[in-house]
Amino acid sequence: MLLVSCNSSKKSDDVSAYQCPMQCEGEKMYSKPGTCSVCKMDLKLVEADSKVLNTDEISETSIFNLTSKWHTEENETIELTDLKGKTLVIVMIYTSCKAACPRLVADMRNIEAQIPKENLDKLNFVLISIDPENDTPERLKAFAIENYMNSGQWTFLQGTESGVREFANVLAMKYKQISPIDFSHSNIISVFNSKGELAHQQEGLGVDSKETVATILELTQN
Amino acid sequence: MINQVFRLFILFTVFHTSIYAQTKDMVFIEGSRYIPLYGRDSTVVEVKDFEMDIYPVSNSDYLSFVKNNPKWEKSQVIALFADKSYLANWDLDLKPNPSINPQSPVNYVSWFAAKAYCECQDKRLPTVDEWEYVAMADETTKDARVKPEYNAQILAWYETPRTNEKVIGITPKNVWGVYDLHGLVWEWTQDFNSVLITGESRKDVDKDNTLFCGSASLNATDLMNYAAFMRYAIRGSLKAKYSMKNLGFRCVKDVKD
Repeated sequence: MLLVSCNSSKKSDDVSAYQCPMQCEGEKMYSKPGTCSVCKMDLKLVEADSKVLNTDEISETSIFNLTSKWHTEENETIELTDLKGKTLVIVMIYTSCKAACPRLVADMRNIEAQIPKENLDKLNFVLISIDPENDTPERLKAFAIENYMNSGQWTFLQGTESGVREFANVLAMKYKQISPIDFSHSNIISVFNSKGELAHQQEGLGVDSKETVATILELTQN
Repeated sequence: MINQVFRLFILFTVFHTSIYAQTKDMVFIEGSRYIPLYGRDSTVVEVKDFEMDIYPVSNSDYLSFVKNNPKWEKSQVIALFADKSYLANWDLDLKPNPSINPQSPVNYVSWFAAKAYCECQDKRLPTVDEWEYVAMADETTKDARVKPEYNAQILAWYETPRTNEKVIGITPKNVWGVYDLHGLVWEWTQDFNSVLITGESRKDVDKDNTLFCGSASLNATDLMNYAAFMRYAIRGSLKAKYSMKNLGFRCVKDVKD
């Protein structure tokens, strides 16, 4: 009954590239093996385009191993792996939340404001609802518009109860429903690299987001 | 007349059991309201009817699961879903150490593994509220928490080493017909990590400390229920990929209307 999929097939059209092990010429790549023109050391094979983004390989710690299904605010059905290729900034909220979530949302927008425009298209801000029963795609869409988070780099996700619980466990994020419309929860903003590996977590409300921003900038560099 | 009533009663009893046609090795748990140690605002919670596994999942049960689902083999499981101690007491993928009794509860399994096991059987992990609801029963009473000997017995277990090596189903079942909720291993629950004292960050150090030191029991609804308090504290310290020697699981199932 469990899906036992082994999707580790490697792309055959990967272009190999070579680089001086001392990086005498910085990040310069060669398409053929040879020696470095500066230090004459043998060039080393490096993985093509290691910063980018569309290799099929995902590591063991990648969140793209999760197979849960999600609805976006546009009512599309996706899996987390569909978000592969961009740096992800993920927070878990619920839209009827009156206390912590508006501040968390503000923290997210604050982070966005500190990212240069050219980095933004390599970035996806993902808000996952911990209240999948009430936070329908329609409601998430309305919330996005209300909070000026309706542009391309914002994604809102409604999951299943078990999918949400599983994802919260991956983030070590704690929450509990305390009434039909209210949850207590920990406040964590998590940054994942384009392969879905956790790069940084920021905890608490209104905390200094310097490290988060630095991590994002590093991951979204060319 | 009395005869008729009696017949009706019999009929009703028979009918009643046939509504809740029970799954093999599971018992029907009639839902109710009760006050757990920490519930919604520390008040009454409602548990709906459900079915619970009579026994914790055994080593032999888990072995057959792994045989059918190689992704949960010791060497195949990915780091996202289990830490290094996953199935630490198994020699090989399909070979528990010979010293392990196949009828002992499985241990060294992560929350992800437990969840997958239950879903594979069309079941799920119990919620904390469900688990605690069934676990507050003793052999004769559904809510035995007021009995001093109930707490004393559980605490005596917490002090006994290596109870995970015991065989399941030996100690008396509780009034629901469920074995070994206490006495062998702790058990994973679906929302094990949901206890927050305030809703602030889990890094809120003072609050975290209150989970472990006695002062937090001021928040508890039942100061006497120290055993349950320890369970909540343990759950609060777990992460879903942890695998521990004294932590196993069992599954539950919703009752279809």
